[in-house]
Amino acid sequence: MSSVFFQCFQALLMVLLAPLVAGFLSTVKARLQNRHGAGIMQPWRDIRKLFAKEVVLAEHASWIFRFTPYVVFTATVMAASVAPALLLHTPLSLTADVIALVALLALARFFLALAGMDIGTAFGGMGSSREMTFSALAEPAMLMSVLVLAIGAHSTNITTMVTHTLTTPLLIQPSIAFALAAMLMITIAETGRIPIDNPTTHLELTMIHEAMLLEYSGRHLALMEWASMVKLLLFATLIIDLFMPWGISSEASLIGVALALVIWLFKLMGLLIILAVFETSLAKLRLFEVPQYLGTAFVLSFLGLMIHYMLEVGV
Amino acid sequence: MSASFAQQIIDGMAALTLLISFALLAQHRMLSVLHWFAAQGLLLAATAAVVAYSSGEHELYISAIMTFLLKGLLLPWMLWRVIRKLHVHREVEPLMNSGLTVIIAITVTLFAFHIIQPIEVTSDLMTRNSMAIATACVLLSMLMMITRKKAITQVIGFLAVENSLFFAAIGATNGMPLVVEIGIAFDVLIAALIFGLFFFQIRNTFDSMEIDTLNASLIHKDEDE
Amino acid sequence: MTQSLALNVSLLSCLTVIIAAIAAPMLQHQRTIQRALLCCLVGLAGIFSCVAGFTGLMYGGGSILLPFGLPWLPMHLRLDALGAFFLLVIGSLVLPVAIYSQGYLRHEKRLTPLAIFLPLFILGMMGVVLSDDAFTFMLFWELMSVSSYFLVTHEHQHPENRKAGFIYLLMAHMAGLLIMGSFATLYATSGSFEFSTMRDAQLSPLWASIAFLLAGFGFGTKAGVVPMHGWLPDAHPVAPSNVSALMSGIMLKVAIFGFIRITWDLMGSGDFQWWWGALVLAAGSSSAVSGVLMALQQHDLKRLLAYHSIENIGIILIGLGLAMLLAHFDHNTLAALGLIAALYHTINHALFKGLLFMGAGAVLHSTGSRNMEAMGGLIHRMPWTAALFLVACISISALPPFNGFVSEWLIFQTALMAPQLGGALLTAIVPFSAAMLALAGALAATCFVKVFGVVFLGHARSNIAANAKEVDSWMLVGMAIPALCCLLLGVLPAIFIPIIDHVPQLLLHTSLTSAANGQAIDATQWLWLTPIDAAHASYSAPIILFGILLLGGVAFWWLHPKGTTIRRSKMWSCGNPHTHARMQYNATSFSQPLRRIFTDLYQPDEHEHAERHEHPLLTTRVKYVVHVSDMAVKHLYQPIGHVTLWVAKAIRHEHQRGIHAYLTYTFATVLLLLAVFA
Repeated sequence: MSSVFFQCFQALLMVLLAPLVAGFLSTVKARLQNRHGAGIMQPWRDIRKLFAKEVVLAEHASWIFRFTPYVVFTATVMAASVAPALLLHTPLSLTADVIALVALLALARFFLALAGMDIGTAFGGMGSSREMTFSALAEPAMLMSVLVLAIGAHSTNITTMVTHTLTTPLLIQPSIAFALAAMLMITIAETGRIPIDNPTTHLELTMIHEAMLLEYSGRHLALMEWASMVKLLLFATLIIDLFMPWGISSEASLIGVALALVIWLFKLMGLLIILAVFETSLAKLRLFEVPQYLGTAFVLSFLGLMIHYMLEVGV
Repeated sequence: MSASFAQQIIDGMAALTLLISFALLAQHRMLSVLHWFAAQGLLLAATAAVVAYSSGEHELYISAIMTFLLKGLLLPWMLWRVIRKLHVHREVEPLMNSGLTVIIAITVTLFAFHIIQPIEVTSDLMTRNSMAIATACVLLSMLMMITRKKAITQVIGFLAVENSLFFAAIGATNGMPLVVEIGIAFDVLIAALIFGLFFFQIRNTFDSMEIDTLNASLIHKDEDE
Repeated sequence: MTQSLALNVSLLSCLTVIIAAIAAPMLQHQRTIQRALLCCLVGLAGIFSCVAGFTGLMYGGGSILLPFGLPWLPMHLRLDALGAFFLLVIGSLVLPVAIYSQGYLRHEKRLTPLAIFLPLFILGMMGVVLSDDAFTFMLFWELMSVSSYFLVTHEHQHPENRKAGFIYLLMAHMAGLLIMGSFATLYATSGSFEFSTMRDAQLSPLWASIAFLLAGFGFGTKAGVVPMHGWLPDAHPVAPSNVSALMSGIMLKVAIFGFIRITWDLMGSGDFQWWWGALVLAAGSSSAVSGVLMALQQHDLKRLLAYHSIENIGIILIGLGLAMLLAHFDHNTLAALGLIAALYHTINHALFKGLLFMGAGAVLHSTGSRNMEAMGGLIHRMPWTAALFLVACISISALPPFNGFVSEWLIFQTALMAPQLGGALLTAIVPFSAAMLALAGALAATCFVKVFGVVFLGHARSNIAANAKEVDSWMLVGMAIPALCCLLLGVLPAIFIPIIDHVPQLLLHTSLTSAANGQAIDATQWLWLTPIDAAHASYSAPIILFGILLLGGVAFWWLHPKGTTIRRSKMWSCGNPHTHARMQYNATSFSQPLRRIFTDLYQPDEHEHAERHEHPLLTTRVKYVVHVSDMAVKHLYQPIGHVTLWVAKAIRHEHQRGIHAYLTYTFATVLLLLAVFA
């Protein structure tokens, strides 16, 4: 019974913490750029404000447009509640393995791109086209890097993969390092951060994600923004789960979970600071250099896989 | 340092060497090609040192130091000077598009793994795993020589082949005899010097560093005569 | 000779289509009755084959010797698990297509050719699946090919339709020839045309490989495997949409059936060599990726769907290839998983591709055009068609909780669980093909965002789209059935997989449900899909669907203000709401990034022209034309065509010699024959 409680707690935490994570990231970025920043509560204030605002729809928006914010938000939250963050064996962790989890995010993206095309503005179509193209190229790289770990653990269930990492002795495994590098690159691309996309600008001709949201307002916009924050947190949690899970609680006890929470938060902060440093030090890529970036991630993870076979398993 | 830990480090370095070979292939700017080449030299020196420490062969320390000085510092510095003087530091002009090059590179790597695997099993050295990777690196460096236009990148490719061979030697036999190694090192140095002289000479004569142009000029000369 | 209910019902369904083929054309002058009778009988045949397939899978089939055929070879018919499964696939699409046709053919002027060839086409497919000797197989196979040729050229007034039909007929017969060669190879060893004898015969590895290659290229041509796919994107769009649905949905699957029949059944998994699986895997990966890449550049709706059939055949082949590799290395349980994944994708593709072609037919029916650039905003005019079409789009894009995801997930699991198979090449090809599958799936999602976004969303780009009307309820019901099946197969895979599991039981003598494998898939546990065991991988579509509905419902109920209507206004469009409908992203612009990224693969033929009449700085009109041609056609078919023409030209001169030359040929031939045989 207590595991059900912790499951709910964990899912709720992921959703409620997501705006804070986004706020933390932008604050760190601001500090790195010698600015003061708006504080880590700013995304929460934005979301609250948006929920209070009235929704204005375009005249000929179809039901897809109104339906999409709910699909995007729900699918993302569903994916986020599957990934174990604090407790290893949660009731929902078996409902979707890592492939199904990625597919849930793909479902959200599918509807997001459809909504971008629904109003019929040039910007919306542009955003949809780019988002779908680049995510399609990111998909094989993502699968490859997950595969490196999945083949070691003989499983795609995140819980089993985490257990495998926890129980094997610590070795220098270049394949894992390659997979981690690829995964970080993919995370940056999938969550729309610099150097792929700039989340802080509107009305830039190279924008991708924001272009699809231009017509949204009020609570619809709030849900969309919130979902993208949850997605950022989810990817960070996935990286923590797959590559550095030490500290996650294996039993549903209050002390264990509290300890896991503290460790998880520290790891999260570390990861976000790394991300912030990346974002501050890199310039945005030209749009048509993105395929090369994603190709690099694919080659990295494929080399990781081959090296895993050559060096670590021995054929 | 326990044997298995040393082996892990060597494996890790082998993986990095392979990564650098791919990175060399994928670079766009002459200077970054050079940087990666220098990194490969440094990594090689470090690998030699680790193998020396763990296998207890002290001769390898000397070759590690030599590698460090020669391949990590001297050769890159010489090439850097050449590049600066000739003003060729802008774009590396590939003959093929990069996607195709990478696909060929992956295929070549697989081929190397496929060929070397049966040999590896027979070895009981702790560096045996890196044999296949060293072979792949040799092939990749050759690929780099094939796919680039500028003469300097071809020279770097040639030097990278030598680097990979050195790596293979460490992997296969814990290093060649010291005399042989010193000989090779000096050969490479002399070769690099001669290349450097040639670059300037070529530049003065033909006013270009592109292989195609050189060919064309030579052919013209033949016709003139 | 064992007869059973399933076999009798399947014979009944064959009989029904024969009656349809005879009776319907007779009512030439009462078009309404003719249409009703045709659709009714074909639909009935669909129900019968569903029943026969299902009972055949569950309770076993039987065999029968029909009293006609060749004098020394009566027709052998047999219904086994493999045949029953494909009969189920056929039936599950024939039924909705029959209902759909009742509406679709309402305004059809020339119904009689359809009334003859449509039932014959279906009879051909059923016969192939049921046949138990090579002669019967080829007979029904050719019946299927020829009758579908007449269906493709149904609207033969357009020259391009005739051309498409000719290429189709040519390639179908080449394929038939290769298949016949494969059977001949098997006949040479076994000395009999009967499948039961062929099954027992032991083939030498060389002959087995020859038979495999012949079958692979023959059935591959018919299934549209790259690069033998040249006929497919031409033939599918020009056929009437209900026929395209059948051709793409099940005729390609019958080719897959033939391939499985010869390789897995007649030769047996013991004969597999390692490179067979690798070859199938490579063919599958390249078909999947190049099919979807070509589909992305199309703006003819049905042509786009035709390219997607190539992609999905590629996905099925990836599953089959994995299974063949694993079977060769004696990992029979995993091989069974791969086979089930391939078969599951087979039925999934039949359903959603049938639905997509029917939806395209509905759009064609109400706008009169297949050109996506003329569409837009149809979701407001055709809401039901749009909703059903969306279901198919999500399914084919392999997104949960619909069925396309389940089969691709199973293929991923097979690839992931595959242990090391020895050799770096084999070790690399399995994960690489999984990556290609991921790429193909994600590109398919891109493509269907494009299709749905351009056709159904946004503003109407032309008058035909602005004046479209919703189609009648026959067509809607015809589309609703496969849509419902897509959802069911997606949500409850654990119920359907044990039914399919009889096929690996027949072919591999192992199954996922048996106790020996720890009851990996258990029909009573409908909630969970766990291919090997829960620790390896699990997926629960019901819980995910329930979770999404619950969360979404709560969010909507909580956030939606009660009693107020949402304010509607002009679109914002970054402060410029006065845009023209032609300023929207269309099919060509949507795929521009990919065209640029894969320039070397597409080699697009682009022309740009700016008109500046009044002043050199004042552009009045910009014209941009792009054409992406199929590389296989450009670099493979056309050279072959040129060589053939050149040879024909060279031979033509020989024809014009006198009688003496001909006599000399005859004389030389006689001499040669004597030299060879004496």
